[in-house]
Amino acid sequence: MRHLAILATFLPGMALAQTDPADWEAVTEAAEGQTVFWNAWGGSTTTNSFILWVAERVNEDYGVTLEHVKLTDTADAVTRVLAEKQAGEDDDGAIDMIWINGANFAAMKEQDLLFGPFAEQLPNWQYVDVDGKTVQTDFTVPVDGYEAPWAMAQVVFDYDSEDVSPMGSMQEILEWSKANPGRFTYPQPPDFLGTTVLKQILVDVLDDPAVLQEPATDANYDDVTAPLWAYLDELTPTLWRGGEAYPPTGTAMFPLIADDEIDLSISFSPGAASAAIANNELPPSVRTFVLDKGTIGNASFVAIPYNSGSKEGAMVVANFLMSPEAQVRAQDPDVLGYGTVLDVASLPDGDRAAFEALDLGIATLSPEELGTVQAEPHPSWMTRIADDWARRYGVSQ
Amino acid sequence: MDEIAFPGRARRSDMRRRFLPVLPALTLVVMLGPVIAGLYGTVLPAFGHLPAAGLSGPTLDPWRALFDWPGIGRAVALSVTVGMGATVTALTLVMLLTAGWSGTRAFKALERLLSPLLSVPHAAAAFGLAFLIAPSGWIARATSPWLTGWDRPPDLLIVQDGWGLSMMAGLIIKEVPFLLLMTLAALGQSDASRAALVSQSLGYGRVTGWLKAVFPRVYRQIRLPVYVTLAYAMSVVDVALILGPNTPAPLSVQIVRWMSDPEIAARLVGAAGALLQLGLVVAALLVWWMGERVVARLGCLWVESGARGRLDRPVAAVGLGGGALSAAAVLLGLAVLTVWSFAAYWGFPDVLPDGLTFANWERHLRGVVAAATDTVLIASPVVAVAVVLTIGCLEAEYRHGLTLSQRGMWLLYLPLLIPQVAFLPGFQIFLLNMGADTGHLPVMVAHLVFVLPYVFLSLADPFRAWDARVGTVAAALGASPNRVLWGVRLPMLLRPVLTAMAVGIAVSVGQYLPTLLIGGGRVATLTTEAVALSSGGDRRAIGVFGLIQTAAALVPFALALAIPAIVWRNRKGLRHG
Repeated sequence: MRHLAILATFLPGMALAQTDPADWEAVTEAAEGQTVFWNAWGGSTTTNSFILWVAERVNEDYGVTLEHVKLTDTADAVTRVLAEKQAGEDDDGAIDMIWINGANFAAMKEQDLLFGPFAEQLPNWQYVDVDGKTVQTDFTVPVDGYEAPWAMAQVVFDYDSEDVSPMGSMQEILEWSKANPGRFTYPQPPDFLGTTVLKQILVDVLDDPAVLQEPATDANYDDVTAPLWAYLDELTPTLWRGGEAYPPTGTAMFPLIADDEIDLSISFSPGAASAAIANNELPPSVRTFVLDKGTIGNASFVAIPYNSGSKEGAMVVANFLMSPEAQVRAQDPDVLGYGTVLDVASLPDGDRAAFEALDLGIATLSPEELGTVQAEPHPSWMTRIADDWARRYGVSQ
Repeated sequence: MDEIAFPGRARRSDMRRRFLPVLPALTLVVMLGPVIAGLYGTVLPAFGHLPAAGLSGPTLDPWRALFDWPGIGRAVALSVTVGMGATVTALTLVMLLTAGWSGTRAFKALERLLSPLLSVPHAAAAFGLAFLIAPSGWIARATSPWLTGWDRPPDLLIVQDGWGLSMMAGLIIKEVPFLLLMTLAALGQSDASRAALVSQSLGYGRVTGWLKAVFPRVYRQIRLPVYVTLAYAMSVVDVALILGPNTPAPLSVQIVRWMSDPEIAARLVGAAGALLQLGLVVAALLVWWMGERVVARLGCLWVESGARGRLDRPVAAVGLGGGALSAAAVLLGLAVLTVWSFAAYWGFPDVLPDGLTFANWERHLRGVVAAATDTVLIASPVVAVAVVLTIGCLEAEYRHGLTLSQRGMWLLYLPLLIPQVAFLPGFQIFLLNMGADTGHLPVMVAHLVFVLPYVFLSLADPFRAWDARVGTVAAALGASPNRVLWGVRLPMLLRPVLTAMAVGIAVSVGQYLPTLLIGGGRVATLTTEAVALSSGGDRRAIGVFGLIQTAAALVPFALALAIPAIVWRNRKGLRHG
């Protein structure tokens, strides 16, 4: 009897921790009634509204309560999981799901802070465009099913068509900025969009960016990045505020365009400009362009910490995010304007029609116009470049 | 009611008699416990000791990394210059304003604005100021292009300037009302009007006479609040995020960044930075204290010189102008927040948006309601506990003569003098080690640390000023001490008690760092939401959240005025407590 009692106290915990992601019925059963704390960046009101809608839908269909924990920086969530691991909180941490970027994913995967593999076992994985989109590597790090993709991002330049015209290369942008000082800026690294700008510059000014696919080494780092620093040394004095202040995030550049403080900014979401025009945040004259050689693109992922107490609920949410219903809503420029991770051609007729019926918005480029997607460099480049940027430009004067 | 006839009640009051003297000690534990636990949790990692992460010290590596950070010199300089600059300016303005104008109609007008000005949370005031003074702000819009010739905003570094001037301004407009309130309370206790009268009859100018005769007495009373202002201004995070420079940011902001870095080594650097911040504040307070001596010595010479004051008028004008300007900045800032919250498209240099719309409010309504709920859920119990503890302490003082000494006052101010960034991260680690989950309860504990001193300071003077003879009469009529408290004293003190509650709510609503760090992100109040939105730059959303945040702090003040007026509408003598 006593043994049974001891067993009973262990069983629920074990059952919780060991639901097989492939056994979808068991997952949804366990998920019902769970509360999922999704830690995601909270600075974008359109994203916040989308997450609220997701919360309503998963509650309707699966009885999962989704709470959006709004972060100012994704790294906050990583710190939290790390602190919990140190404190021995292994069963029910504060975070059940993270909208995670490549660098943080690499760090968490390496330190065994993630639950998985689960992503490729989810039912909606069948529609994911595995061949056409970079959903199985994140910043060159293999995903291995430890995170689920939910949106495609690609660098586009937002410009005010009343003041400038599209440009084909970073070099052209530099010339233009020199001729029109104070009209361009980018978010301050280590903001992810800010570091993306640095990578975009590097990828564009290098003759052969393939070297960036391998980890940076002490031997090649200085040589490879030299053109980047030369470029920035020329660009920085011509930036908005002479490079003495930077906007904190990408969306913080919208009001700068609306106020006519700058004419050119950068965005990681091809549809964001259209969505912002619809919300009165950008003037209707804003359009987007990409560079001749293409621009950097990647997928947005969600991951589940190893110590989540609601893993099944989190998997249900991750699966819902990959559903045609959520994907078509996310791509609607009036909602989010994010690119889909799905292979639209493989979808059932009704879902495909919904995608085809979407009006992508006045400032959004079509998939053909978006052109070549440049691969993300290995995260080791980004970490070192961000540190060096802080040293060179982050403490100006 | 005769107590002997009710043995049960007698026993209860017996218990209370034993319980009451314990309350002051309990209050100190509640207030200082988290501070001490937090400092402990900061000191060890600062020397490389974090056993939970397999790191054991002591080592000086975190300090080496801290001083290797390229921005350290400027970050430290910013912390000092912004803190000192804001405090000196705010104090000077308040002193000149009071010296030149107390008792006049202009002063009365500013006095009436005091409660609303005080209750505007720092973050909301900072947003409002940013929307006013930015190159594309309201001031530039109102004067462009007809006056300035700008048809696009000039490329000027105003907000987030490298000297931290706009951040200083954002602090000054909030510190002026705080110091003015403290000064008004001090005036009553320092026989100010008679001293001013005597000095004027001796031929001294209004300002000169006040500075020579009244200022020394008033300053002694407001000294601790001035120290609090200095410590706060040196280590503030939310205002720095909104208005402060970011290449590099002030030390406090950088500490929060280190504390949230995925690299564990960065957290050790952050802990070292937190201790450095603490050291800076202590050093600044020492410098200030020495400055007091110098000013006192020079002041004595000035008094002995017998100069009657020839610059009185311009100096008084500076005081009034500065005071009015800082009040106007807060109020206009709120106005521009309101306009943004209803704005359709609003380009430069239009003074007003193309159209007004409810769409922004509709879009954010759900978020606002959720955040407001959390805000109220946290503020109410915290303030209730703070008021109960405060009344308990004051009543214990009245019945048992347990008065707070000067040293006791220091203890009361301690949580306000120690920078939040110095002990909150450590307190977070401490709570985690204790196995306390994040969430509402720990956040309430952290809020209480800051709410309690303000509630106590707000209620102590009126409570002590209560005419004890009324109590004696009641006791002579057979009322027990408890009955005197509940039936006579508290009803008579209704307005001060409600005001203290309003102060407590305003303090709780305004807390950014304790909510963010201790809540682990799960607790989203109006303030954390508004500051999180600031990084996204959506001014309409910031307008909506900033306004509701202000309302959450302001409405209790309005109630504190209205309720006594209604309850005591036919008891004129009770209305002013």
